[in-house]
Amino acid sequence: MSTVGDAWTYLTTPESWVGANGMFARGFDGSLRFQQDSILALAIEHVYMSFAAVAIAAAVALPLGLWLGHVRRGGGVTTVLSNLSRALPTLALLTLFAASAIGFGDRAVIIAAAIFAFPPILTNTFTGMAGVDADVREAAFGQGMTRLQVALRVELPLAVPLIAAGLRTSTTQTVATVPLAALVAGGGLGVIINTGLATQRYGQVLAGGILVAALCLAVDWVLARVQRSVTPAPLRRAAVVAA
Amino acid sequence: MYGRGVDNPWLSLDYLRRNGAEVWDQLVIHATLTLEAVLIAVVIALPLAALVHRSPRLSGTIMGLTGVLYTIPSFALFALLAPFTGIGRTTVLVGLVAYALLVLVRNTVVGLAGVDPDVVDAARGLGYTRTRMLVAVELPNALPSIIAGLRIATVSTVALVTVGVVVGYGGLGQLMFRGMQSNYRAQITTSALLCLALALVLDLAIVALGRRLTPWTRERRARRGGRAARPAGAAGAAA
Repeated sequence: MSTVGDAWTYLTTPESWVGANGMFARGFDGSLRFQQDSILALAIEHVYMSFAAVAIAAAVALPLGLWLGHVRRGGGVTTVLSNLSRALPTLALLTLFAASAIGFGDRAVIIAAAIFAFPPILTNTFTGMAGVDADVREAAFGQGMTRLQVALRVELPLAVPLIAAGLRTSTTQTVATVPLAALVAGGGLGVIINTGLATQRYGQVLAGGILVAALCLAVDWVLARVQRSVTPAPLRRAAVVAA
Repeated sequence: MYGRGVDNPWLSLDYLRRNGAEVWDQLVIHATLTLEAVLIAVVIALPLAALVHRSPRLSGTIMGLTGVLYTIPSFALFALLAPFTGIGRTTVLVGLVAYALLVLVRNTVVGLAGVDPDVVDAARGLGYTRTRMLVAVELPNALPSIIAGLRIATVSTVALVTVGVVVGYGGLGQLMFRGMQSNYRAQITTSALLCLALALVLDLAIVALGRRLTPWTRERRARRGGRAARPAGAAGAAA
């Protein structure tokens, strides 16, 4: 099959990896630009966009989930949020942003991806905190701990396995969402697929698909390791089931 | 293309009046593609899940494989398929079936594993063969979990169809994308809202179907794992 051959040629050409004009350039305003013909630059851009999105989502979802879980309220809202985020197509949000003041490009994609990264973190943090045994809470309060101490020193450590699972789900999902950026003039590895389709180079399309899939599997694998290492051994089975 | 200062509303009846036929066509494409993908996935998933349930050795392999496949983004999967299945409907359909399949297999396996061992024992004591046990006892008891999987699979499929834009067959996603290219807000908003509405309607339809198929859960308020007291033969045949 010549498509497979073309993909192989694309992936084994050094220029595909480092770009015809280097990996980075300066934009008109002096900002750093990732060259869109370099696999490595696009991969770095992809990872940067994903982590920026997850970081924004976590900055809001973690404190909110900790608080809601601690007071044990708002379970219904978190469920509705995660259901709604499943039904809303990412493309809908991206195109809506593009037509609004938010506009095109990496920044718009990061905001959209952050919105989709939000529900898994919130739901898991909430479930982890609210699921702490009531007797354990009682005992902590009985020892004279304040609410803040109970939340941060008793409930949070017990919720860590679920929170880690939520962060992993969220990150993996974000890395899988970012390729859509290519459709709205953003960067990341999706650009390779989109350019290949536009120029009818199906070998490049196939290569792009392989690269995106490989990045997603690699990120998930690394995060699975991290998740395992922060989960105390007796809780590992439970965390796997919850993930 | 709207220029600066030209009225560009987010919602407009005028858009629907002028383009109603096109919107309807894409909605029909979107709905039929979703239903076809989910139905094919159900037909493949149920026997596959039964197989996994029957042999624990296969289970590790199939569950691991589905996990890996699920991690691959749809955008990449369409790209992997497009060189071989071409641009258009087939590529999108194959991709959608793959994702729906993964959700359904997992939920069916979980449902089958959660069937009350006493119920299975009782059926075995009555002399049920393995096949009859699966069709008349285990599958009906796993129905709540299967229905839950069906809901997730259907709602995500409605959203996933839009990614088909990359191979030129994205249903309502096609309208969103064109609306973005021409900065036509009403077109984007209308297609996005129709996507949500379609997901909601299909979800409610499956909930209604689930209620009909599992009348015992209403009496007993059984939990998701489905520990219903009596296996319903009629529901088994429908599944």
